[in-house]
Amino acid sequence: MLTIAGIAAQLTELMLAVLLAPLFTGWVNMCRAWMQNKSAPPLLTPYRVLLKLFNKEPVLAQNASPLFRITPYIIFGCMCLAAAIVPTLDINLPFNAAADAIALVGLFALARVFMSLAAMDIGTAFGTLGARREMMIGFLAEPALLMVLFTASLISGSTSLSSIVGQLGRMELMIYPSLAFAGVAFTMVSLAENARIPVDNPATHLELTMIHEAMLLEYSGRHLALMEWAASLKLFAYSCIGIALFVPFGIADGGNWLGILISLPVLAVKLAAGGFLLALIESVSAKMRIFRAPEFLGTAFLLAVLAMLIHFLLES
Amino acid sequence: MPLQTVLAVIVLWLAIALLGIAFARNLRIVAKILFPLGAAGALVLAAAGFAATLGGTASLVLPLGLPDLPFHLRIDALSGFFLLLLGSVSAGVSVFASGYLRPGEGNAPGLQCLYYHVFLASMALVLVANDAYAFMVFWETMALSSYFLVVSDHAKAEIRSAGFLYILIAHVGAVAILLCFGVLQGGTGDYSFDAMRKVALTPFWGTIAFALALAGFGAKAGIVPLHVWLPEAHPAAPSPASALMSAVMLKTAVYGFLRVMFDLMGTQIWWWGVIVLAVGLATALYGVIFSAVQSDMKRLLAWSSIENIGFIFAGAGLAITFRAYEMRSLAALALTAMLYHSLNHGFFKSLLFLATGSVLHATRERSLGKLGGLIHRMPWVAWLALVGTLAIAGVPPLNGFVSEWLLLQAFLFTPGLPQNYLNMFIPVATAVVVLAAALAGYVMVKFYGVVFLGRPREEKLVDAHDAGPWEKAGLLWLAAGCVILGLLPVSVIDVIDQVNRQLLGQGLGNSSNWLFLAPIKPERSSYSPLLFLAVVALVVLATWYLVRHFYHGRVRRGPAWDCGFPFQTARMQDSAEGFGQPVRQVFEPFFRMRRELPSPEDRAPRYRVTVEDHLWHWLYLPIGRVTEFASTLVNKLQQGRISVYLLYSFLTLIVLLFLVR
Repeated sequence: MLTIAGIAAQLTELMLAVLLAPLFTGWVNMCRAWMQNKSAPPLLTPYRVLLKLFNKEPVLAQNASPLFRITPYIIFGCMCLAAAIVPTLDINLPFNAAADAIALVGLFALARVFMSLAAMDIGTAFGTLGARREMMIGFLAEPALLMVLFTASLISGSTSLSSIVGQLGRMELMIYPSLAFAGVAFTMVSLAENARIPVDNPATHLELTMIHEAMLLEYSGRHLALMEWAASLKLFAYSCIGIALFVPFGIADGGNWLGILISLPVLAVKLAAGGFLLALIESVSAKMRIFRAPEFLGTAFLLAVLAMLIHFLLES
Repeated sequence: MPLQTVLAVIVLWLAIALLGIAFARNLRIVAKILFPLGAAGALVLAAAGFAATLGGTASLVLPLGLPDLPFHLRIDALSGFFLLLLGSVSAGVSVFASGYLRPGEGNAPGLQCLYYHVFLASMALVLVANDAYAFMVFWETMALSSYFLVVSDHAKAEIRSAGFLYILIAHVGAVAILLCFGVLQGGTGDYSFDAMRKVALTPFWGTIAFALALAGFGAKAGIVPLHVWLPEAHPAAPSPASALMSAVMLKTAVYGFLRVMFDLMGTQIWWWGVIVLAVGLATALYGVIFSAVQSDMKRLLAWSSIENIGFIFAGAGLAITFRAYEMRSLAALALTAMLYHSLNHGFFKSLLFLATGSVLHATRERSLGKLGGLIHRMPWVAWLALVGTLAIAGVPPLNGFVSEWLLLQAFLFTPGLPQNYLNMFIPVATAVVVLAAALAGYVMVKFYGVVFLGRPREEKLVDAHDAGPWEKAGLLWLAAGCVILGLLPVSVIDVIDQVNRQLLGQGLGNSSNWLFLAPIKPERSSYSPLLFLAVVALVVLATWYLVRHFYHGRVRRGPAWDCGFPFQTARMQDSAEGFGQPVRQVFEPFFRMRRELPSPEDRAPRYRVTVEDHLWHWLYLPIGRVTEFASTLVNKLQQGRISVYLLYSFLTLIVLLFLVR
């Protein structure tokens, strides 16, 4: 498993994810601006923002503890691992065996716990408010996300992401009703987990409605840059999970470089379509009150449970 | 040999207990000599337990007890595993206790030393008992010694009533266990466990024995609805005692349940497992939801223990069902998950209870709403508690995640059971496990964030001091346990597998190498915490280096921004009640809630919300009322006049004469 070629392919995939994630965020922002009849920001804006933030001097609150300072690095590390274990270009990657679907959810939970703790560290009203809301979204979204992943793993008989994707990619092109339900549930969960409309608004300036942004209020400079980059990576990783589970065709299998070269443009097309879809969803829906979020995520959870039941009733 | 070693440690502990009385008021000797000695004994006990999991069984007859009724003792892999848990956890707790004892807190230090070490010894004896008589004697010793630990601060009325509730439910449970043994001996009249293993019960009597075992051991473990004593008794006890009760004593109940279900009872019916599973899941969810709304830090941890016991029983339920269907490798997976979780819970829960003890000593405050910002004042306790917090929140790469992962794998493997409905609903029941686990993350963020992070909510917290060297050593030992159990799951499972082999005749085995945890088949699922940690740590270090190298490491300190709001005070942070508000709202039907909201014109507004347990009002208070009513009826017999009592004796005599005639 741990061969030089495998590790090289793995590092390539990781570097691509790290470098391309802000581009994907830029693309989503661009599509959204188009749909809302605004003039779109350039595609490379997220990189400029990151560059600017890295150059700035961070201002730390006087009572910030070391926990506050290491959290951006930890979250960035978590999201890198997440991007590395999701099969994006190739299925047989060495890190895949380190963490399966359950560990992937655990990884996101680790990042969430650290982010919430860091938000509570300064002791401001908005920070604790954001932490509380984020943890609420977390405990509502996590079961739904795992049920989606479990449906896929029951179909393929494995919780390892590479086996799931390999299995689903090799299946004949037919519609699995369970996967259709799971797909809808997954989309709803990803909206919530990535702090998108209708659960949260990444572009909001109104502190009282913030969730994710409220936790970042005290961050600045390089710390904020890492947090923003990690958020892009998270969005990228979620999109890749969605692609890998629901449109797994064209992902290379076997670790040869030719396959990876072919799968790269395929992935780009799929991501472009996914980003467009995300922008569309965000443009046509309105932000919900925070206590509508349990209903929203409860629906996602029920859909995921339905997907699992349908799998047992119709497909096994 | 392990059995003799265990006995030697027990004798040592009892001797320490007696020496404690001799030096009752001498804090120096008790804290700095007796407790560390007990900790050394605990380490030896852990080693003996480990040896017992490797070696075969050994038994011994101890010529104590009643005439013709000696104590039978036996050590095997199952008791060895729990002795390992007891020894390794209590070593840390005892070291901590050396630094924790203070004059003028509750009982004299020597008395605490007595109860504490008798408690330890009785738990070890419960784990090696091999007949019902010895088991019950040790079990009751355990209940009584822990009762005296709970009421250590007996000057307070609420502590006395917590102790009363504890001893009451402990005895209801003990009666159920006694009856269970009565059924298990199957009419042979031989109460040794060896005889019980040979008895084949009919399904009817087997079911009765199962129900009694579940109720009896469940009462001690704190499964819903027998959990009410736990949130009362654990906070009342001094912190080392709460740590021991939560981390180890609850596990002796788990041990007893496993001993009865997997060892003593030959009969197996699949739906017993389903009942245990349902009870376990209900307990887990109930516990974690209540844990989220607590505002006393020890009470929060006590409710969280209920949640973890729920997970452990859910795993046991799955194992029972799998074994009844002869799917032994899957039973081994479920059993591994629950044993692993027992061990994990032992470490992280004792770590957190002890950390609250340090906080309590440093601040004299147990209420979350009056703490905050302690990471600056007590960095050692805070950073070590962070390990426990992450472990209990079930995030990788620490130990809580490993057992959760195994439990979820066991749930996912259920398709393949001969029952279609089980096939369908058990994976769906996984959702409850995941929900409870995610809520545990919420609870722990609340606990850690409110106690250690943010700004101090009270003026006096500025004087809080860090824990002393003994306390630090104890915490460090337990935190190291959390990390090691999290990073080396394959080695831990090798030990647990010996228990599987004993109880199921088949081990789980790890089909991959030491780096990857891969039960059953590597392509089905695998997890490698070391690789996981290595990648995250490498990325963290590389990022840190690159950012410093290409940009700068400058940083400026300033006042907190908070969106430019200048008049912020520490009181504007979330209180414990505020942090629990989403859970109160989402899970409203679970609570019996009373809110007092002031009107907008109120000049001196008071906001109050009380959250209570429905079960207390639906189950316990009615039973209490019925008991009280019955006792008033009986009371009518007592007229307080000697002639009436003589009349009773006379009537009894007449009736008896009539009957025996």
